[in-house]
Amino acid sequence: MATATAPDHASASKAAKRPADQLPDATLIGWLKDMLLIREFENRTAQAYQQAKIGGFCHLYTGQEALAVGTIAALNHDDPIVTAYRDHGHALARGMSPEACMAEMFGKSTGCAKGKGGSMHMFDRPNWLFGGHGIVSAQNALGTGLAFAARYEWEVLGQSVEGGEAKKKVALTYMGDGALNQGVLHESMNLAGLWSIPVIYIVENNGYSMGTAIERGTTMASDLRKKAEAYGMRGEIIDGLDIVDLYNQFKPLVDWCRQEQRPAFVDLKTYRYLGHSMSDPQKYRTKEEVDQYKAKDSIDRLASQLMDTSTDRAKANGGRPVLTEQAFMDIQSQVKAAVQRSLEFAENSPAPDVASELYSDVYLNPMKNLSPIADYTIGAKNPLL
Amino acid sequence: MSSTTTAKEPFNPKLRRRVDDQGGQQLVECNLVEAITLTLAQEMDLDDRVMCLGEDVGLNGGVFRATDGLQARFGEQRVVDTPLSESGIMGSAIGLAMGGMRPIPEIQFEGFLGPAYDQLCNHAARYRTRSRGAITVPMVVRVPVGGGIHAPELHSDSPEAIYAHQPGLKVVMPSTPLDAKGLLAAAIADPDPVIFFEPKRVYRLPTREWIPEDRYTIPLGKARIVSEGTDLTLVTWGASVYQALAALDALPEDVSVELIDLRTIAPLDRDTVIESVNKTGRCVIVHEAPKTCGFGAELSSIIQENCFLHLHAPVQRVAGFDTIMPYYKLELEYLPDSKRIVEAVQQTLAY
Repeated sequence: MATATAPDHASASKAAKRPADQLPDATLIGWLKDMLLIREFENRTAQAYQQAKIGGFCHLYTGQEALAVGTIAALNHDDPIVTAYRDHGHALARGMSPEACMAEMFGKSTGCAKGKGGSMHMFDRPNWLFGGHGIVSAQNALGTGLAFAARYEWEVLGQSVEGGEAKKKVALTYMGDGALNQGVLHESMNLAGLWSIPVIYIVENNGYSMGTAIERGTTMASDLRKKAEAYGMRGEIIDGLDIVDLYNQFKPLVDWCRQEQRPAFVDLKTYRYLGHSMSDPQKYRTKEEVDQYKAKDSIDRLASQLMDTSTDRAKANGGRPVLTEQAFMDIQSQVKAAVQRSLEFAENSPAPDVASELYSDVYLNPMKNLSPIADYTIGAKNPLL
Repeated sequence: MSSTTTAKEPFNPKLRRRVDDQGGQQLVECNLVEAITLTLAQEMDLDDRVMCLGEDVGLNGGVFRATDGLQARFGEQRVVDTPLSESGIMGSAIGLAMGGMRPIPEIQFEGFLGPAYDQLCNHAARYRTRSRGAITVPMVVRVPVGGGIHAPELHSDSPEAIYAHQPGLKVVMPSTPLDAKGLLAAAIADPDPVIFFEPKRVYRLPTREWIPEDRYTIPLGKARIVSEGTDLTLVTWGASVYQALAALDALPEDVSVELIDLRTIAPLDRDTVIESVNKTGRCVIVHEAPKTCGFGAELSSIIQENCFLHLHAPVQRVAGFDTIMPYYKLELEYLPDSKRIVEAVQQTLAY
């Protein structure tokens, strides 16, 4: 792995510095840690699901970690994002605590939505995550509106609705490749192109819409940039398995969209190692195909890069690797412990209180006499968020 | 956010204005659609976060001219012409609301809510619950509703029960200029998504009404007792209020009917309905929507649950028929008229 990436670094040293080269070592180690956290979190989520501790449906992010971590790394903290239902990775990458995320799936009162949303509906307003969404592609219109709101703030209001100065923002709206075939994406992209809305549509192209391979369901699958072209926006194809390359291509795009207040569309190639959901016989692909992608694993790749002594980073570090084997093992133990804590926390948290929660948070103002006989109430604030 | 607006010219100077003889209050003479436009202008004057978007709402002033003059006053950034794209309009309005704005999308006809239904019911209605109150959708969807204007189906329906069935949405339907102004101001101030159905048949009744010009609100969820009575309660809303009034005129003078205009379907003012039926012991419900699963069914259930021992007769429903809204030659056969209402009232009284 290290030898495969070495030429890139060698050529980069001659060329102008790329965006990732300008980041401190700690940031790249942070990415590795986030990716490991998501991987471990999903592994333990699968176990908990099989033990029937998690209800509803569950879609795991395993294999796609570099995508959420790398794209979110290119944002400011207050750039809004929305995504679809494979959303645990985005929530963790955005800074949601593993406890709040796991407890949500357990349906416990300490979850990010007090156990009312579940796996597909991770919301974290303080971290500008405006939800995972269960209806395929429908979130694309929301991301467009969030970007519109941000532009309205600085263009019309001249200040932020939360106080302070308005600033140029970019909204990200993530979707799976299955979302390409829903009408609302095309309505949204048309509006964004028409009005020049600073939103980036990110196709997390893992090649399969549930069991349907992309070329069986989507026209122009070999070059999705054509879709962007039709709506007058910039389109890019980016490899989502190497987080450093991903960042190097994605960060300039985010900066451009922010500066120019223009939309863009990205076909981000990735791969999911597990089934669409927890109940997927996976007849649509071979084990060999999965193994091919596992051989290019994004976590292994970044770890190898950071442990390589021949990179520019290592040279700048006096020939010492950015990450030692011991440090890598330490990170893995920390991540395992953090996820273990989240499971124990979820396990030990109370279920939502029926009297205060069954009817709460439907309307702000309680409505009298709604069924069955109780008034709607406003629920208590979650201390974790 | 407070207003950034300085004193502005009164909106729509063509409207007649005068000062009330008693209180010294400024009055303006409006029909229902003019009251809506005036309210939109006033709310946009007060709060820059309030903005309108929809098909032809700007340059053209809206398909029913409900936003006429707003783009000239507030500019293209706040009165946004959209393409024909209901799902995109509704979805981006929800995103705008989540991002802190107060969007007012217009859907041209109630039938066109179909393509936006996903965004409305699967997103707007649910975010407060999904995010345990952290993310909300303060949005008012303005939709002309109902039949009686010689339009085809999809342009003449009354789908209020569909949206009242969705927890998380509020559903309002004014019948007069006075109510339209106060209810719309309250809807815009409301922290949750509101569908504001505007009965297009009474947008421009021949007679205008003098209403206060200054901002006032009428709380959502409060019915209006149009006329007090002791023998029978007649419950309706929207344009059917006028058919009910015609029925009252046609009834013998010694029949005392209490006429209630719900004004808001959700939240429902149950107390006013229950109190009235407990007093009169008889009830007739009138609505344009098809009878089966229309909102009258819900009202009838509430009445039997709460007024059973006071009832002297079964609750009657005068409604549209269980058919697709017919084309204009037959639409008056379909819509409840004063004759059908009078018959139902007399049957209920004679039971």
